[in-house]
Amino acid sequence: MLNYISRRLVLLLIVVLGVTIMTFVSMNLAPGDPAEMIAMARYGLENLTAEEVEHIRISEGLDAPVWIQYTHWLAHALRGDFGRSLVTGDPVLQEIIVRAPATLMLALASLIVSLLIAIPAGIISAAKQNSLLDYLARSGALLGASMPNFWLALLLILLFSVTLGWLPVFGYGELRHIILPAVTLGTGLAAVSTRLIRSSMLEVLEQDYITTARAKGLREGNIISRHAFKNAFIPVITVIGLQLGHLLEGTVIVESIFGWPGLGKLLVDSIFARDYALIQACVLLFAVFFVLINLLVDILYVYLDPRIRYEKKG
Amino acid sequence: MALLSIRNLTTIFNCEEGQLKACSNVSLDINPGQTLGIIGETGCGKSVLGMSVLRLLPANAVINGQIMYKNQDLLTLPDKEMCKVRGSEIGFLPQSPSTSLNPVLSIGEQLTEGLQLHRGMIKEKARIIALDILRSLGLKDSARTSAEYPHQLSGGMKQRVLAAISISGQPSLLIADEPTKGLDAVNRIQVVDLLRQLSRKTRASLLLITHDLKVAAALCDEIAVMYSGEIVEKGPAEQVLNNPLHPYTQGLVASLPERGLYPIPGHSPGLLDDSPGCRFYSRCPIGNEKCKCQPIINREVDGVHVRCLYIDQSGGAQQRIYGRGFQSEAG
Repeated sequence: MLNYISRRLVLLLIVVLGVTIMTFVSMNLAPGDPAEMIAMARYGLENLTAEEVEHIRISEGLDAPVWIQYTHWLAHALRGDFGRSLVTGDPVLQEIIVRAPATLMLALASLIVSLLIAIPAGIISAAKQNSLLDYLARSGALLGASMPNFWLALLLILLFSVTLGWLPVFGYGELRHIILPAVTLGTGLAAVSTRLIRSSMLEVLEQDYITTARAKGLREGNIISRHAFKNAFIPVITVIGLQLGHLLEGTVIVESIFGWPGLGKLLVDSIFARDYALIQACVLLFAVFFVLINLLVDILYVYLDPRIRYEKKG
Repeated sequence: MALLSIRNLTTIFNCEEGQLKACSNVSLDINPGQTLGIIGETGCGKSVLGMSVLRLLPANAVINGQIMYKNQDLLTLPDKEMCKVRGSEIGFLPQSPSTSLNPVLSIGEQLTEGLQLHRGMIKEKARIIALDILRSLGLKDSARTSAEYPHQLSGGMKQRVLAAISISGQPSLLIADEPTKGLDAVNRIQVVDLLRQLSRKTRASLLLITHDLKVAAALCDEIAVMYSGEIVEKGPAEQVLNNPLHPYTQGLVASLPERGLYPIPGHSPGLLDDSPGCRFYSRCPIGNEKCKCQPIINREVDGVHVRCLYIDQSGGAQQRIYGRGFQSEAG
């Protein structure tokens, strides 16, 4: 098991390295002169002169070839120095550390919302296959999966903030602030998980061991919760892990809409400002999260499925 | 007084292709302590018969007729009551040990839940009894087995665990569905021993569903031969196997390796086919137009019921169709 985890950690390093290279290259391919953008951000549009732009280009090392810029960045990053924001001049690491809890909180809340919806909906949908409830759950899932986040966010704001006035449009700090963004992200996730749990449950309910359980005289509720769900949930966990990765992606949009001061919003702002150091660090962090979550899922697997536990020992 | 008395049981599956009649007009009796074997080829409806008694068929199955168990009709029992019958009155031994145990629950968990449910035991008591049952079925290191998961056990051990589960509710009737399916000769003998052990230990009646004539010969008091959803011959095991009357039973016996391995030509009609006459007609060497068109009535010859027009009252088919009969040396 330890062996397995360390192998996965090596893999993590390779993935992360790849991600940093990709980000660096794509940033340089993006249109717009970063030196000009930074100068604009620092001095304002009206005070912008060609000399200042050139000055920034040289002082920030933007005139060097891409690969030199990259190795320079990497050498510093390996020592834990992610540089300073090109715009504000603050250390990048500090900025990210301040922002990360907001995003993690939002991601976690969204995951909880999605599981609170998907687990009961998926189970009922499978247990009462082809019933009215099943059709409702399935069409709900279809709707949820096909509705873009930003649109759902606007609809929710319209209903709960503008019309009903129950929840704030945006903000951060209190429980009521997190509800709308978490519901926005959570319902999208729930749509996929519901369908997945349903099909996984249906497959498990066909298995011989379910017949054995029924022949013991167990009640249907007990069979579903004890015998079927645990088996059905194992494949679902993998997908939830992948979803968490996409959740980070979703936060980029949702945080912008709800003014949520997390990494997603930070990333969007830094992309618009061509704040290379900040973009690079944000993307790096997202990549690390993504790989770590999937590692965590694999470890979780071992605890849920006794068959894996013993294979790994050998 | 029969423990289980099945009358005119007809099980139909509603499929896209039409109505599939897996059991038609089946009537059987099992007395307390008796072993009744249902034999027949794959797809003849014998497993469906067993599952009909337990009411564990998929939702598209319609069961008609009467299944009287201890003077109550199982088919009219509310679901909740039927749950109480399963496991505690009627135990079930499934056919494939490798897939019939839940892979993510330990053996102990799977064995104690029946004890807790039917015998009202607290967890600790159930655990002790579970270990006893496992030990009594030859799983010596029962504490270890109970903590293990199905994938850690051999096929034979899984079968023993399933047997332990099937008798844990102290049922009066056990239904064993193809317990020797896919097993080699050595394992088959072990399963036969296991089933003998079970019926000795529990004194329960056994409904043994099998395509294995030798297993049936070794264990059964009575045998019913099933063909394409119908019982074509039933009677005392020795008589049915040694002196088969129905052409199909004769064919089955003649197809045994030591009887010369003579296969029955042709295929059984699909269960969708609903012609009125004898269902074996198309493969029967002595069949004629009469068999094809008219419903066949059971005849009784020396305590054996046969569904064939050409059985004469003096005892025996008009002609011996497939060589010699089945001698009991195979038991």
